[in-house]
Amino acid sequence: MREIALHILDIFYNSLQADSSLIKISIAVDTKKDLMEIKIIDNGKGMKKEFVNNVLDPFTTTRSTRNVGLGLSLFKASTNRCEGDLTIWSKEKVGTIVKAWYKYSHIDRQPLGNMRDTVYIMILTLGENNLIYSIKKDDESFVLDTRKIREEMGDGSPLTSPEIMGEIKMLLEEEEKKINIS
Amino acid sequence: MKKTAADLEQIRKETLKNVELRTGKDGYKIIVGMATCGIAAGARDVFKEAIEKVIEKDLDSVTVGQMGCIGLCSMEPIVEVISPSGEKTRYIKVNKEKIDNIITSHIIDGNVVSEYTSES
Ligand SMILES: Nc1ncnc2c1ncn2[C@@H]1O[C@H](COP(=O)(O)OP(=O)(O)OP(=O)(O)O)[C@@H](O)[C@H]1O
Ligand SMILES: [Mg+2]
Repeated sequence: MREIALHILDIFYNSLQADSSLIKISIAVDTKKDLMEIKIIDNGKGMKKEFVNNVLDPFTTTRSTRNVGLGLSLFKASTNRCEGDLTIWSKEKVGTIVKAWYKYSHIDRQPLGNMRDTVYIMILTLGENNLIYSIKKDDESFVLDTRKIREEMGDGSPLTSPEIMGEIKMLLEEEEKKINIS
Repeated sequence: MKKTAADLEQIRKETLKNVELRTGKDGYKIIVGMATCGIAAGARDVFKEAIEKVIEKDLDSVTVGQMGCIGLCSMEPIVEVISPSGEKTRYIKVNKEKIDNIITSHIIDGNVVSEYTSES
């Protein structure tokens, strides 16, 4: 993938596909530690122990249209090229945590890429489910919680109405100006 | 267990139901493949362009949604357009320019853009 943001979008769809009602995505850069860490946490159906142990093997997939699953193993491979790694914790009926990290200054690291469009599209495809997106670089941080947005609207209208999406886009643009992650 | 075509269609329908953006019941549906293969090939930008055009042109009855991998990974990004009467057209290797043309010709004017379909 050309951008880390595309891996994140892809892993987000694993969570959505696993019937999660709440998905938390966090990106954190610590320049002192020279570390970039990404977490995708969901409360979906989770995986059996034996399955988790093999899930980073591309031949482990529950998809029926082809017999290789690519998402997780591709993401892991990209971290491994940059002195990083990817780990998965999962428990049936509880949920799943995917944690990936990179050496921030590594020359082979893909750019984070366009998180603005990525989060925008996540929100458009969330349905009734919720997303907490947080991004942090050293002391600067930003959080977007769709549960709060729904609460503020108060009338149960969908997040996908053009007016609300317009506001969400503005928020994400402001965040991007403030927190500069390459 | 091997899944039959009918099983797959059912799974796809269920996925669709979950991700519909709008509630336009009698309009066209635009469905973008957003599995790993689709995303790697550029589906995010195609999806975004579809949404922006639908909003910009006030196509209130049009629904934009996503689907998983349908096993044609080398032809991604794949976009399926379902007409109000249920007819399905599959477009392959879609990019921003193609989705613009699909929306103008197919969705607005009702003419399938046959040079982008999987049959051509
Ligand atoms: N968050 C999750 N919750 C439950 N199961 C998951 C989760 N993420 C992955 N899985 C399981 O692990 C399998 C492998 O995931 P992976 O993303 O690597 O490939 P895939 O989704 O099957 O196919 P692809 O990503 O190539 O479209 C999935 O088929 C699914 O069964
Ligand atoms: Mg996947």
